[in-house]
Amino acid sequence: MSTLEAPRAGWTPGVTLTQIAAVAGRSIRRTARQPAMAIPPLVFPVALMLVNAAGLEPSTLLPGFPTDSFLAFALAVPFIQGALFATMNAGTDFARDIQTGFLNRLSLTSLRGSSLLAGQLAGIVVLGLVQAVFYVLVGLVVGVRFASGPAGVLVILVFAAIVSLGFGALGSFLALRTGSGEAVQGMFPLLFVFLFISSMNTPRDLIAVEWFRIAASLNPVSYLIECVRSLIITGWDPKALGLGFGVAIAIAIVSLVLASWAMTRRLTRT
Amino acid sequence: MTRSVWPVASGVAWRTLHNVLTTPALLIPGILFPLFFFTAFAGGLSQVEEVPGFDYPGDYKSFQFVFVLLQAAAFGGVFTGFGIARDFEGGFGKRLLLASPNRLGILVGFGLAAFVRWVITGGLLTVVALVVGMDIGGTGVDIVGLYTLALLVNVCGLLWAAGIAFRFRSIQAAPLMQMPVFLALFFAPVYVPLNLLRGWIETVATVNPVTYFLEAGRSLIAGDPTEVALAFGVAFALIAVLAVWGVRGLHRAEAAG
Repeated sequence: MSTLEAPRAGWTPGVTLTQIAAVAGRSIRRTARQPAMAIPPLVFPVALMLVNAAGLEPSTLLPGFPTDSFLAFALAVPFIQGALFATMNAGTDFARDIQTGFLNRLSLTSLRGSSLLAGQLAGIVVLGLVQAVFYVLVGLVVGVRFASGPAGVLVILVFAAIVSLGFGALGSFLALRTGSGEAVQGMFPLLFVFLFISSMNTPRDLIAVEWFRIAASLNPVSYLIECVRSLIITGWDPKALGLGFGVAIAIAIVSLVLASWAMTRRLTRT
Repeated sequence: MTRSVWPVASGVAWRTLHNVLTTPALLIPGILFPLFFFTAFAGGLSQVEEVPGFDYPGDYKSFQFVFVLLQAAAFGGVFTGFGIARDFEGGFGKRLLLASPNRLGILVGFGLAAFVRWVITGGLLTVVALVVGMDIGGTGVDIVGLYTLALLVNVCGLLWAAGIAFRFRSIQAAPLMQMPVFLALFFAPVYVPLNLLRGWIETVATVNPVTYFLEAGRSLIAGDPTEVALAFGVAFALIAVLAVWGVRGLHRAEAAG
């Protein structure tokens, strides 16, 4: 019988929620107390957006470009890029818990594995929402007007929460499988490739190089970006919203299954 | 002087290169990132050459190739600066200072290592660009000019990063080495020629030395050399200033003991 099986007999929802809240609070506080972890996910995507928007503003002169403001077009990118950053940071923190033996010590307590994972992910989702609110505010400050209105902004926040949950679970899976912060950080370039080989800088129908257009169409990140972008520059586009939410929910489900499996394996080993 | 510099420089360069070439975590990102940027920019943004007023005579692959070549050159120097910082953090830097009859050789050695790193990355990048059919309009002399310009950028990157590394002697100073170079590169006409930039980025790009390197490099590869002397002049001036920065940094490391 593993150490986690004993408390399961006396499982109560109230205790579980308390455990989740405690782990989530720790996850948030740990990030907030490390400026090197908290600030780059906020600032770097915005800086990259401003630089890219300034340099690529002439792209809006291309026939068929969906807006006359590249800033409005590019504002969707920080939402996804920020989530990727946060994922890596959260995964690295989680891996550090494994490396330092903190997870082993936790497994000797009555804390359930599912509560630990849920708490970890709740912390990531809260941080993802803070980032999303920051990006919305930056957009408003630089003069972007959301075509879908205040309701669209709320939908963007819900979407950001789902994306954070999906990527957060992915980061947790990587941390649990590798048990190494360095290995989790090593996945960062791969996620960066997914971001750049997408429709982040150009609408897919305007990408002139065929292989790149195909790669961008196969890349799920394109649909995440296009979902947010549609709410900013188009208004309510059912197709973009359906695809975006569909992809985000699918990533979340697959990642959660993987992370839960990895958590079980990790605790069994200890 | 030269006699006492070379043994130190060659030893430092050999050790640095041995470390880089036998450590995949150090070698692979430095090679893959420029290739990736070239793929992402030349592939994903190629329609930008259709923008009215885009007057570059070559194709968009060569337009972006020059940027990525210069970026790889600059970061070849910066990544070598990371190595200097690591050496000092681990205590090897102090032993190196004690053992060197001529400490300028240390800086020269790291410079040689940065050069070889860039040759490897730049060579691979060139092969990939040629394989995907990049247009080269320039003559052999123009191309030699382009690569010489990139070499000067490599020296600038190394001297800047070395100055930081010698002063802070910790890898925690890596963002200080990296970020200003990254910003200088991206506050230049990366995606479109200077004449198409508008607003704050136009103002910043006009006074950014990287703009002159980019514009000259692109004119060389397109076979229409423009303001090349100006770019080389700016590069040599930067090297002169950064050499003082690097050597004084070395003296600071010596003084720190």
